[in-house]
Amino acid sequence: MQNNCAIELKDIRKTFGSVVANDGVNLQINKGEILCLLGENGSGKTTLMNMLSGIYQPDSGVILKDGVPISIRSPKDSFAYGIGMIHQHYHLVDVFTAAQNIVLGLDEKLDLAKVNDKVKEICDKYGFDVDPKMKIYDMSVSQKQTIEIVKTLYRGAEILILDEPTAVLTPQETDKLFAVLRNMKDDGKAIILITHKLAEVLDVSDKVAILRKGKYIGTVNTKESTAQSLTDMMVGHAVTLNIDRPLCENKKERLRLENVTVFDNEGVKKLDGVSFDMKTGEILGVAGVAGSGQKELLEAITGLYPIKEGSIKFIDDAGTEKELVGKTPRQIREIGVGMGFVPEDRLGMGLVGSMGMTNNMMLRSWKKGKSIFVNRKSPEELAKNVWKELDVVTPSTAFPVRRMSGGNIQKVLVGREIAASPPVLLTAYAVRGLDINTSYAIYNLLTEQKMNGAAVMYVGEELDVLLELCDRILVLCGGKVSGVVDARRITKEEIGFMMTTVGGKNGR
Amino acid sequence: MADNVKVPIIKLAKRESMDPKLIWAIRVGSIIFAFIIGMIPLLMAGANPFTSYGIIISGSLSKKLYIQQTVKRAIPLLGCALAIAPCFKMKFWNIGAEGQITMGAIFASAIAIWSGTAIPRPILILLMLIAGVIGGAIWGFIPGFFKAKFNTNETLFTLMMNYIAIGIVRYLQGGPWEGRPGTQIIPMFAKNARLPNLFGIYIGWVIVLIMVVLVHIYMNFTKQGYEVAVIGDSLNTARYAGMNVGWIMMRTMLISGGIAGCVGWMLVSGANGTLNSDVAGGVGFTSITVAWLSQLNCFAMILIASILAIIGKGSGTLQTRLNVPSSVAEIISGVLLFCMLGCEFFINYRMSINFKQMGTNIKYFFSFQWIHKSAKKEAK
Repeated sequence: MQNNCAIELKDIRKTFGSVVANDGVNLQINKGEILCLLGENGSGKTTLMNMLSGIYQPDSGVILKDGVPISIRSPKDSFAYGIGMIHQHYHLVDVFTAAQNIVLGLDEKLDLAKVNDKVKEICDKYGFDVDPKMKIYDMSVSQKQTIEIVKTLYRGAEILILDEPTAVLTPQETDKLFAVLRNMKDDGKAIILITHKLAEVLDVSDKVAILRKGKYIGTVNTKESTAQSLTDMMVGHAVTLNIDRPLCENKKERLRLENVTVFDNEGVKKLDGVSFDMKTGEILGVAGVAGSGQKELLEAITGLYPIKEGSIKFIDDAGTEKELVGKTPRQIREIGVGMGFVPEDRLGMGLVGSMGMTNNMMLRSWKKGKSIFVNRKSPEELAKNVWKELDVVTPSTAFPVRRMSGGNIQKVLVGREIAASPPVLLTAYAVRGLDINTSYAIYNLLTEQKMNGAAVMYVGEELDVLLELCDRILVLCGGKVSGVVDARRITKEEIGFMMTTVGGKNGR
Repeated sequence: MADNVKVPIIKLAKRESMDPKLIWAIRVGSIIFAFIIGMIPLLMAGANPFTSYGIIISGSLSKKLYIQQTVKRAIPLLGCALAIAPCFKMKFWNIGAEGQITMGAIFASAIAIWSGTAIPRPILILLMLIAGVIGGAIWGFIPGFFKAKFNTNETLFTLMMNYIAIGIVRYLQGGPWEGRPGTQIIPMFAKNARLPNLFGIYIGWVIVLIMVVLVHIYMNFTKQGYEVAVIGDSLNTARYAGMNVGWIMMRTMLISGGIAGCVGWMLVSGANGTLNSDVAGGVGFTSITVAWLSQLNCFAMILIASILAIIGKGSGTLQTRLNVPSSVAEIISGVLLFCMLGCEFFINYRMSINFKQMGTNIKYFFSFQWIHKSAKKEAK
């Protein structure tokens, strides 16, 4: 058994500042085996794999290859130990051919004819379908992925790590990929697969390792597990948080989405016929594994993401319906639709990092008035208010927000967005990276907005919070609505199941 | 095991905050450091560095005439730095100020040449100004338009536009606007197309000082300036705030090109009194240094433009007195730029050196074990 082990991780721990990303992780990958790494967002899967591929180094713990401790200090070391990682985003040169990309960065004499032969050999061996002379820009997403895999094999990788490889593939392409993975497994390669899709886990893997909040939960044999048992391990037992959740009377429909479908730049469907509604006096939670279309959903509603088809209607107090599809954020504001939006990427989208609080408050009001000069007076007042009310820790209102701590940055952003009491408030991962007290402060602010009659959307990653904070929960799975459920009457396991399988139990 | 686990010698960490006094101390220190490094090329040219620095100062500031010439050098540098400041704030890398100056100069000259002496002086000069601004603005707008609509690379685009503008002047010099046939020179403009002098220097210095204030106000207190700053930090945030990013880019390039065109007008109407293909003379590039070193602070630009003008003028004197090539001055300016930009790194990051590990590594190096090790690797 021991000599069959390709790589072993022992008691790995990695922290970023005060955040523990991995703790006590033990993992053993055997040759000729496919291991799935399963876990919710932020459970530390990517961090762990980055330590294998030399991007991070563990704070403590050992990595053993063939029983010998090794230190992987760079991606180059990682290659030298026969570890190849295929990232979600491909690193290919568009104007080069497949073969040129494959040998790129290698320290060997360039003989393209030889390379072509070797690539063909690899392809025949495992059943890839690749033309080495094809240029990357002529390739589909799945072909590009194939090139990435061939690239690592060409470098003699014995251990392959694939980070959510099926996220960008069609079902047929997925089947093809799995067939190839099985061939590689039969050839004695060790394969680590990161995925959220339970059906795929059960289909392709031999073993499943589960992480939860950075902690290693355990490894089970796929044969002995079911979707239900895996979900239970992944989400854990419900924790009582005691978030105050008053019930609001007189709910009215405020926003209605019908059949909203969007595609990204590469033509991949990100939202697929999404329909639901948001009501006043209600917090609608959005659950789903990362990349299920949460970001696109919020940006589509706020006019930042192009919508292929479908309609988004805003219904005001008088009952008049206003169509939002096809409008820019400015046009949406101009027709009198007030929308607060706390985006996921705080500094990349919601705030200007190099500016202070005052100038950031201005981001919502800068256009007001006919004067060519900006009005800094009211933003300054607002900044001072937010500073005081939300206990933002900053030396002054001019101090660049980039240099504040994550929690304080979030307070500035949320403070600004709720200042105008918008009828619709959209938040994405509003408490990510925040400590407990700040998180509760944010929950209270959102609940306050809800009681004031706003329709609030809370995109979250912690199911415990979603279950206690929200009134209803919309579950997304691969860009589709898996269901909208009453947050007071559902269990964590049921949601976990809906996140990984469209429709949940009823859908199977 | 011990061989495998390596500890990095130098660790970098982002600084949270820093005492402003210390920041300025680092900046001043970097300038001093630059002048110390600058002694190396002077020594290599066989000159005493202290005397050389003395000559640079006296050669640019010791006589009224010298000061006038130094100021004359500083005017276009400062004006052009003001022109590119909004672009750079927007992270739109406009290195085409050279061409925008030239185009402004062409348009202004066209008015001067066609009108001859027919139009009274104030009106003619005003018309030339308007023409110059339009010329520069057009030249700035074109790359801005293509960037906004087709996301072309603005750096290459603006660079190429420079050569087109200079080519046009060469054509005019040898063709339609040529003075005496065969000279390839455009004759001096009539008196009524020339800017008046104030304190012995053409009035452009007053104009650029006014522009300093105007650009400062534009960048810091107007809505448009705010838009530019937001776009420079994050395009997505700008879109999030409902800004029309494409239009703002084009507008900023119109303004930037317009200011550069104004500088071109000052050069033909004030400094030179005529047009030649060397009208911008590298100002469009040197001003990038000015803008960068002053961190886009308009008032700091006055100081930086002056320093560069002093080095430039003084080095001419250095060449005649000590026979040191004036290109040494350019080396010193380059070192200055390098040090001042480099010091920002130490302001933003904290560097800690693990001396213990460094000692271990040095010992390891001199024990020559690594030779055996690499030999073993080869053998494998």
